[in-house]
Amino acid sequence: MPVSTTLKVNGVTRTIHFDDPRVTLLDLLREHLELTGTKKGCDRGQCGACTVIVDGRRINSCLALAISHDGADVLTIEGVAHGNRLHPVQEAFLAHDGLQCGFCTPGQIMSAIGLLAEGDAGHDPERVREGMSGNLCRCGAYQGITQAVLEAQKALGAASRKEVA
Amino acid sequence: MKTFDYVRPTTIREAVAAASEPGAAYLAAGTNLLDLMKGGITRPSRLVDISHLPDLDRIEDLPDGGVRIGALVRNADLARNRSFARRFPAVAEALLSGASAQLRNAATVGGNILQRTRCAYFYDTATSCNKRDPGSGCDARGGDNRLHAVMGWSESCIATHPSDFCVPLVALDAVIEVEGRMGRREIPIETFHRLPGDAPDRENLLETGEMIVAVRLPTQAAQFATHARYLKVRERTSYAFAVVSAAAALRIENATIADARLALGGVAMKPWRAREAERLLAGKRADPSIFRRAAEQALVDARPSGGNDFKVELARRIAVRALTLAADGTPEQSPALPASLFAANNRVVIHA
Repeated sequence: MPVSTTLKVNGVTRTIHFDDPRVTLLDLLREHLELTGTKKGCDRGQCGACTVIVDGRRINSCLALAISHDGADVLTIEGVAHGNRLHPVQEAFLAHDGLQCGFCTPGQIMSAIGLLAEGDAGHDPERVREGMSGNLCRCGAYQGITQAVLEAQKALGAASRKEVA
Repeated sequence: MKTFDYVRPTTIREAVAAASEPGAAYLAAGTNLLDLMKGGITRPSRLVDISHLPDLDRIEDLPDGGVRIGALVRNADLARNRSFARRFPAVAEALLSGASAQLRNAATVGGNILQRTRCAYFYDTATSCNKRDPGSGCDARGGDNRLHAVMGWSESCIATHPSDFCVPLVALDAVIEVEGRMGRREIPIETFHRLPGDAPDRENLLETGEMIVAVRLPTQAAQFATHARYLKVRERTSYAFAVVSAAAALRIENATIADARLALGGVAMKPWRAREAERLLAGKRADPSIFRRAAEQALVDARPSGGNDFKVELARRIAVRALTLAADGTPEQSPALPASLFAANNRVVIHA
């Protein structure tokens, strides 16, 4: 069943033709667009490694059918930095060692950007942990991740918070 | 995953026609359906994608004071809608206690109501499950039944309904609007989900092709706004299904309970409305002894299966705790840990 979908990915409109309606948004990004920054962990919506921002909201791309997301605006880890200038969340993850092996990190960062855009966490570590609970880190870098999200929140400031996503 | 035909109707009428074919399933966000399809548990031959249908993503205040929630409203959007959360705080708290932020951002209201059980035997295609494969048997019945139903089960199936959202909806008399080939009809949510009986594969009253278009909460449901909570025990602090949960809502006048609502989650294949317990509470002063009596009444018909014996007393204690929290009053701000026993502002000592 030949199908196609047109997406805006990191600001660029792309039309992708594929032959199987089972292709997930995750596989479309990795296998068809060669954007392999988004990781495939569990592929069942449990680990958050595949988190991307679609139409301004963070979702698990492994549980999204590509064909159903025709017309969507997708932001992946490849699209958050401006040239050599890292996104404040990326800077904060570096500054606070919010990673060890790094496999979950793209998902963590996209999830954190989504969390800050949602504006629910404030400066409360408890709310940050709750808001990040959909992203597992098997190295256990949670302490650094929480600190990084709190610092990024400060860096971005209340005024620009709505613009990051 | 078995392959499938994909259709994207542009009207509800077209969707119903497309989904009335054998082997068809509706696709909204797909957060539960795709997981089931990847595991080979659900094998539709056609997906009818309703996620682009117009007008089903609205939250509308009704002239009579109730609210109508479109089937495609995202769980997170409903929980974050200030007007909705202020009037129906237990529903918002239940939504925020479910799944992860990513899943709440995608999952829809209709999909939440129709989500399948998380019984491990249902998910494991190497085992017998009457829900997945009617007539094959139930390996949970004599197996690891720690998380299984203590009420309303049958020898065919002891699974539970996993939704948090549905528990306060049942307590607050929500109504589900469905549309099918015969037109539109309404089903009270309390009767929408079926107990397993001898047909555990039939989980609700939807006929072939029927789809949920909206959920309504009546104006009376908002009368509990100042005393309404959802409380959920899970095996980790966040991002886990309920072992047992309770939605409690009180209308208190002159220190007396004028009206009470109580529903339990994680105890049966449907959210369990405890009407006898509610009657017992009405007209009494809100105090721990009457809450305990109500909780005992709520679990009077409980029949555990061995591994889940603990659930009966746990459910009583969670009912008491939820009623106590409701009597204390709805918090001003949504708790940092929604529905959690460990939330700092619950004002109840942990392990009291």
